[in-house]
Amino acid sequence: MDFGFNDEQREIKQTARAFCADRFKPEVVRNLAEAERYDDDLWTQMVELGWPGIAIDERFGGQGLGLIELVLLAEELGYACAPSPFLAQALSALALQVAGSQALQERYLPGLASASSRGAVGTDELCIDPEGADLLVLFSDDQARAVEAADAEVQGLLTIDQTRRYGVVGPAGEPLGGETEAIAGARDRIAVAIAADSLGLAQRALDMSVAYAAERRQFERPIGAYQGVSHRCAEMLWAVEEARSLVYYAAWAADSEPASLPLAAAMAKARASDAAWEVCKDAVQVHGGIGFTWEHDLHFLLKRARANTQLFGGGARHRERVAELVGL
Amino acid sequence: MDLTLTPEETAFRDQVRDWLEANRPGPVPDGDEESRFEFTRAWQRTLHAAGWAGVSWPTEYGGRGASLLEAAIFSGEMARAKAPRPANVLGLVMGGPVVMAHGTEEQKERFLEPILSGEEIWCQGFSEPESGSDLASLKTRATKHDGGWRINGQKVWTTLAHVSKWCMLVARSDPGSSKHAGLTYFICDMEQAGIEVRPLIQITGEAEFNEVFFNDAWVPEENVIGGEGNGWMVAITTLMNERAGLGASAAVGLSNDLDALIELCNRRGCGGDVRIRDRIARLKIGIEALRLGSMRSLTAQIRTGIPGPEGSVAKLQWSSTNQALAELATEVLGPAGLERNGEWAYKMLRSRANSIEGGTTEVLKNIVAERVLGLPKLR
Repeated sequence: MDFGFNDEQREIKQTARAFCADRFKPEVVRNLAEAERYDDDLWTQMVELGWPGIAIDERFGGQGLGLIELVLLAEELGYACAPSPFLAQALSALALQVAGSQALQERYLPGLASASSRGAVGTDELCIDPEGADLLVLFSDDQARAVEAADAEVQGLLTIDQTRRYGVVGPAGEPLGGETEAIAGARDRIAVAIAADSLGLAQRALDMSVAYAAERRQFERPIGAYQGVSHRCAEMLWAVEEARSLVYYAAWAADSEPASLPLAAAMAKARASDAAWEVCKDAVQVHGGIGFTWEHDLHFLLKRARANTQLFGGGARHRERVAELVGL
Repeated sequence: MDLTLTPEETAFRDQVRDWLEANRPGPVPDGDEESRFEFTRAWQRTLHAAGWAGVSWPTEYGGRGASLLEAAIFSGEMARAKAPRPANVLGLVMGGPVVMAHGTEEQKERFLEPILSGEEIWCQGFSEPESGSDLASLKTRATKHDGGWRINGQKVWTTLAHVSKWCMLVARSDPGSSKHAGLTYFICDMEQAGIEVRPLIQITGEAEFNEVFFNDAWVPEENVIGGEGNGWMVAITTLMNERAGLGASAAVGLSNDLDALIELCNRRGCGGDVRIRDRIARLKIGIEALRLGSMRSLTAQIRTGIPGPEGSVAKLQWSSTNQALAELATEVLGPAGLERNGEWAYKMLRSRANSIEGGTTEVLKNIVAERVLGLPKLR
């Protein structure tokens, strides 16, 4: 038993953390979010690092790694609240690899892995990065379809989350090709990756809150010395650590013990998407008035955390799956 | 990352599992308190005879010398088999480790073997009526005499005091001192005239705990542990042992209870109630987070010697989950959940202590805030 990362995984995480800290500084995130766009140059650098195809087989030009490695990237990009097409790109490719027909895989996977073509992923209700995508992968209940650019009727949706582009996609498309079980497996993996983005957001909101609580003084003391604030921060850590254990476990299950994935993914998505929302709300409270201003960066985290609760199901929906899977 | 057991770990697990299957005594039978206690003492003798009493104790002191992970596997299997706790639980988890860490060779020779065999039961004299969470404010006095110490004062919440031979006693040996300085750690003989033990009846109606009154009780010099004035440092070792041992088996115990609760829901026909389904799912998620967090913490401890931050919330997770679980079970039972001697009614009432005993939720949150998050201290 060893619940820790190997050297390569640690290096991936550290590289991603350093890359994001350097490239997605708060003012960069703010500028991109306010302009509602991604940065082509930064995306090119991420592509050069091989991130879009991290979990895609080498025969399709990917890195041939697993969901754990993808989750580490998603977590770090969430921590930076980075506006980027990473999730839509990497997850549309992953869906195709897990549940796509051979024809679709051969036609699209190399382009998606190298990012010479663009992917989008979502459900019938909400899709990430649909505009301009060459291939859109859309899930509904236990079905999934692939929509090519020419057939895609995209209705853009302006959401509160300005770090990503969203839309709703019309009903056209062909079945993805995989069996029901493969489609469920793709969906579970996508849920775990979004949960990892939430985990990163939650950790960032906690770190910002702790730093602020140690520095901000009222009544002649740092507010973090008051239990009303410090206990809230302890509860935030509790939520973050629960989410972290469950997200890493689900990623491991996807790679090494697929029979455990349905329950593991449901638990991870339920806990992490709720935890990020709760922790971001708490972070606004800890920051007080400044946390409610547009000028402070917290609201970008809060809004993305909210969007993640709507992507591929939030806490209540995934807890219902958990109840079913434990035999109720 | 590999969350399965290696072949060696699996072999160890199977060895434990097979042994427990063949030797576990079943639940503690109904009966008076003395016969129930003797039942757990007999169980400890059985464990000891097979070398399972001091699983994580070094072999030179009569233990099995198991690794951290093996010790966790062992406690997990004990919980899985629903085996009772051995009688001398405080001696095994705290008394022995303190003697091994801070005791002299003579003390090790004198005290360790009877802890393992269950022949001498140990209790812990830390808390006082005026010193609960603020343990360092304790006032029980130790006055130096020729060849030893006279003890005067009162301890409370002393589990097993009425059957104990030895008490791990922290008392103020320097009358002018305050707080952490001036405390000394003694091993005090409970079988003497200067000690009176009174049972403390708790909200469940039973008396797991006692009050202990020291009236000129005597401790010979050779029963001081770790030297005069070092009591706080020695006491901290035992508290850390108390907390480190918790995570491994707690999730297994909760899982057993959750299985019973799910069966109860289905039997009572409320498994389709969306509110109950949501609460059960929250419990399941909480229990799995505790189990996985313990594994992460254990990995960090094995790799670096230091448990990770996830371990610091284990007690919080366990207490809140155990309380919520028992409460939901009594709700599902309806009026039957009120029955005075009902199993779940008992668990619901007993669980109220979970967020107080072994560090209150409030104190643990202070610790997380100050030591894990690095927030400024309240004082």
